[in-house]
Parts: sequence; structure tokens; C-alpha cells
Amino acid sequence: MSQNARDQILGNIRRGLGRGELSQQAQTQLRERIGQHPRHTIPARGQLDAEGQVALFRSMAEEAAAELIDIDSLEKLPIAVADFLQQNQLKQLLRGSDAALEALDWGPLEGIKVESRPVQAGDPISLTLSFAGIAETGTLMLHSGPNSPTTMNFLTDIHLVALRQSQIVGFYEQAWQQLRETVGENWPRTVNMITGPSRSADIEQRLQMGAHGPKRLVIFMIND
Amino acid sequence: MEIKTPEFKASSRIALEDVSLQKALGNLRDGFPQKRAAAVARMPEFETLRDQARDLKNHTIEHLDYYLEQFETNVTKHGGQVHWARDGQQAREAILKICQSADAKTVTKGKSMVSEEIALNDYLEENGVQPVETDLGEYILQLREDHPSHIIAPAIHLNLDDVSDIFSKKHGTERTDDPAALMQEAREMLRKQFVGADVGITGANFCVAETGSTIIVTNEGNGDLTQTLPKVHVVITTIDKVVPTLEDMTLYLRLLARSATGQEFTVYNTLSTGPRREEDQDGPDEFHVVLLDNGRSEMVGTDFQDMLRCIRCSACMNHCPVYGSVGGHAYGWVYPGPMGSVLTPKLIGIDKAGHLPNASTFCGTCESVCPVRIPLPKMMRHWREREFEKHLSPTGFRFGLGVWSQFARRPKLYRWLAKLSSLSLKTLSGKKGRLKSLPLKNGWTAWRDLPAPQGGTFMDQWKKEQGNKQHKGGQQ
Ligand code: SF4
Repeated sequence: MSQNARDQILGNIRRGLGRGELSQQAQTQLRERIGQHPRHTIPARGQLDAEGQVALFRSMAEEAAAELIDIDSLEKLPIAVADFLQQNQLKQLLRGSDAALEALDWGPLEGIKVESRPVQAGDPISLTLSFAGIAETGTLMLHSGPNSPTTMNFLTDIHLVALRQSQIVGFYEQAWQQLRETVGENWPRTVNMITGPSRSADIEQRLQMGAHGPKRLVIFMIND
Repeated sequence: MEIKTPEFKASSRIALEDVSLQKALGNLRDGFPQKRAAAVARMPEFETLRDQARDLKNHTIEHLDYYLEQFETNVTKHGGQVHWARDGQQAREAILKICQSADAKTVTKGKSMVSEEIALNDYLEENGVQPVETDLGEYILQLREDHPSHIIAPAIHLNLDDVSDIFSKKHGTERTDDPAALMQEAREMLRKQFVGADVGITGANFCVAETGSTIIVTNEGNGDLTQTLPKVHVVITTIDKVVPTLEDMTLYLRLLARSATGQEFTVYNTLSTGPRREEDQDGPDEFHVVLLDNGRSEMVGTDFQDMLRCIRCSACMNHCPVYGSVGGHAYGWVYPGPMGSVLTPKLIGIDKAGHLPNASTFCGTCESVCPVRIPLPKMMRHWREREFEKHLSPTGFRFGLGVWSQFARRPKLYRWLAKLSSLSLKTLSGKKGRLKSLPLKNGWTAWRDLPAPQGGTFMDQWKKEQGNKQHKGGQQ
């Protein structure tokens, strides 16, 4: 059935276009276009200098209701996280096990139950690293991998994300390019672009924060 | 979903008299058009992006066979599987088979209009698999045994009271009128479902040929939980959703949220490529894409080919005076508003949907806001010509004369219409700062002899807008 359906669908399309299968030459051209993946018009707002991009990221992320906490260096992350947990009276944390996170001194979290595993319903808070920040809309780009379970981005009530200022790019296409260069052939199962915490306006078009995903998105912005 | 499209005319009259529906539609009329206009104003490149989006869709359709094959190759390369389906029956069977081989009792579902198109829920239920809708709007509708009336805001026809009623009835909880509390209630109810489901079914906004990925765009995060937690992820989508590259997808993402909700970007834009990798700690073990045709391949090379560009943003219905007056259910099937008036006759047959291409004032607002510049009024005219040839034209029915006269007696609706016109005038006038055609003139002609409702006429609005435009030197 399926094979047959495939042939019928492709056959219909070709008939509609008044041609048979594309010539080898035409296919090569299309393959080259995919390989080059040309960019379309990039909005001017995505093409600021580095400082402008950081400022734009900040304002767009805040507009989308993300919370920003500035820290001086990645080494200060554990203490900033400890402060946050204490302020919110939380006694446990799930965190990604990326090398950069593993290398930190987590001493400040003494007394807190810290685990690196997929999230289960009821786990209140998670901490992950971001792959990139995209200034044009204040968007984080994260991707799945052995050290970063995807449930950490969606199933807790509070999602903490560490982002280095040097990871902020102006526009989406730069993030895609960096991802291609970083992962090579090992394309991740999922790429998550996240702009603020979860929300819904399905009841009378009135915006309510905290639908099914995290109710709070907190970005630790690292000044590197 | 049962087809009630032939009753469009009667349903429209009932809708206009429905006080609670009119109240609910007011939320749409007061929201989306203004939000879109504000988002567009913040993006000076918007019109250029629309041109590029139109051209790229045209390119993709001209080479649709190639891009679909590339997409399939790359889904397979990453360990996923593509199932081609000529029609709803084939798609339903493919999905049921996947569910059965996973021994599935319950499936969670992200919002998918294609799933509505093939009436998937009924079929799964008949075959012993319980579907659970997880989008808040869809969840409310499932509890009510109701259907979506809008492609991105499915429960737009309901008021807070309706939600309070059904939640307390079905959840057995105390009735509350606080929308935040209602959402929290749904969040807690669905959490168990997310975790317990055997299969997760989502739609796709785009399919990327380059990587074999599908992408969903949601604000709630329900689609992400739906596709991350169960062992099997099924994507139900259609052949017109394919785009060549990630850069091409990005072009559409820049237009989609702004055209739809007026957001700068939707909260979650999630790309999925195959099942979990060996080293991953979570994610589904299987990734299936059911690629549905259902008449779309037959639109290639016809007067309706341009409709395949549609990215389902809903801007056309959000700005449509007919949709805004009668709501989505009057259209009688899955796709309402101007895009539905063009697509539905193709999908269910013009004999059943003959009223829809007439459900228009031919004001042109839909085309003026469509991010991929689909000439919707022109295509509605094509349908009317075909109907005429087939002698199917409904006797003497013109939307303007029937429903419009009732519409014009309602000052609130009338004022909204005037406001809507002023929002779209800027777009309509294009770069030359001059109107190609007067929007709503057919509607205007139809009601000009009626007592003028309070709140100023369309002509006043138009003149004022023209004045402003000259003041600004004709620039947008
Ligand atoms: S026809 Fe255009 S405006 Fe309407 S939903 Fe499709 S893309 Fe959006």
C-alpha cells in the first residue's frame, strides 16, 4: 500500500507539473542548493555589534517573560544557583552533566539533592546549558545529547539555563550554522528553540503563564 | 469530523443570533488583527520576507517530488520511517498499526488540523486506543465532544463560563471562574497522561528536506511533552509542508508567529529528527512520519496550486469579516475562513462546499495579510466559475445580500469591521501608497441603503486613513 501510495503521489505531482522525474542535472542543482542552504533577508535588528546583540537579547528575552540573572563567570554559577534555590526554598536540583558543568565546584549546593537524569513528573527544577542565544527574538537554542535530557527543558516547573554572553548570535541562521559545525554528522534528535516560559491564551484569548511547560524560565547570563 | 458544510447558509444565520458566540468572537476581533499589525510594524523587512516566502514556496512546489524524496531519505538516514498515505483511510490505518505494534492503550496528541482532517480520534477510539488531546484548547473541546473552530485557537468560540462548566463536570472539582486556576487544573490532569501514554502524536508546521526533520511550533509546551515522553513519536503531516533547508524553514518561522498571534516568536519551536540516539537518556525509541496527500497532489498544475503555499497561520480568518461574524463552525468542517473556502471544496468536493466560495465579500483583506501572498479571492472566484459550469451555483445566494444586511445592523460588529479595514489598508495600498481596490466595497454596496449604525462609516475611516497616509508621505 505504502509503496504504491508513494508512487501515486509522486506520479500525480509530476503529471501536474507536466514532466517526468527531474533530470540528473536538475537534481544536482537542487542538491547543491541544499548543500549551500542560502540565507534569505536577515532583519537589520539581527545584525548589531556584539554589545548591541547582548542588549537586544536581554530586552527581547525579558519581553517574552524570561528572567535574567547576571553573573561574572561560569565559576560563579553554582553559588548563583544555590542562592536561587534558597530563595525559592527548593531542596533538589536536576542538572545536565555536560563537561563544562561537571568541571565546576558544586560545593555551594551542599545539602541539596543534585542529580543528572531525565525528569520525572513532580521534579521541580532543572539546570541546563544553552547552545546559543539568538538576539533577534531573545531565543535560546538547546539540543538533545547524552548529557542533556530533553525532559529537563519541559517537564519541571522552573527551568534554569546558563548562557555565556559570547554564545549570543544576532540571528537564527548563525545558530544553525554553528550547530552544523559543532555536531557534524551527529545531528541531534531534537533542537529546542525556547523564547520565554510556557503560556496559553486558549481561554477567552486571555494570556496565562505556565501551561504545560515550565512556569518560569531563568537565564543565568555569564559575562565572559 | 462530520461534514456540515452544505448547511453553511443556515448555520451562518444561527451564528449571528448566538449571543454567547458573538461575545466569544469579540475576543478574536479585538485581539489578533491589532497584534499582528504591531508585530509587522516592528519588522521593516516584513514585506520583503513575504515576497521571498511566496517565491520559495513556488520553487518548492515546482520541485515537490524531489524535496519529498530528499525528506524521506533523510528521515530514514536518522532512523525514522516515512509512511505515505493517499487518503485519510490509509493514514488512519498506518497510525493504528503503529499504535498496535507498540501495544498502545493511550496516545497523547499535540494540536494537529491534519488529524482533524482524517478524523483520527474517532477511528482510534473505535479500535480500542484512547486519544488524549493535550493542547489546552483541544483538551477543552475533547471534554465537550466539540470541534475546533479556528486553526490555531481551537476553542475561540467558547467563553470562560463554558470552560468552568465542563471542567467542574468532568474533573469533579469545585467550579472556578479564574482562568489561571482552570489552566492549573488542566496542567495537573494532563501531567499523568503525558507520563502514561504509549504513543505521542503531533502535527508538523514544516518538514525539512535537508535534515529529515519536522518542526512544531507551540506556546504551551504540550507538543514537546507529547513527543518526548512516550516510546513512539508519530508525526501526521501533509505533502505541502516540506521546505528545502533549515534556512528556508527559518524564513517561514519569521513570518508565522507574527502573522498568527502577533508574537515575535512562538515560545517553543522544536525540531525533531529521528528517534533517540543510543547515548540519549530520554526521547522516543521510534520516529514515524505519516505523509498524507488527500487530494493535494492533484492541486499541482491547477488553478489551485497557489493554495499549497499556505502555512496555516490563520491571518486570513483573523481578518475576515465573514469569519469574524459567523465563526468557524458555520463553515461545517475542519478549515474555516478564506483558506477553508478555497481548500475545503478541494478536500470534500465542491458539491458539498459550494456555499463557501460565496462566503466572501471579496474585500481582499485575506490576501493582503497572507504571509505567502495567496490570491484567495481569485481562487474563490475560480471555484464559483466551476460551480457555474457544473450548474451547482446555489440559487441567488450572495453572502453580502443575506448575512451582510443582518451584519450591518450590529453596531459593534460594524465598528470592528471599520477598524479591521483601517488595519489592513496600509498593507493593501502597497508601496505606491495608493489603493488598488477599495476594500469591502461589495459589502459596502450591500448595506449602504441600510440605516447607518453608530460609530462612523467605513468611508470615514478610509478617508481618515488616506489623510494620514498622505501626511506620512505615502510611506508605510
Ligand atoms: S491562506 Fe495565507 S493567511 Fe490564510 S492561513 Fe494560509 S498562509 Fe495564513
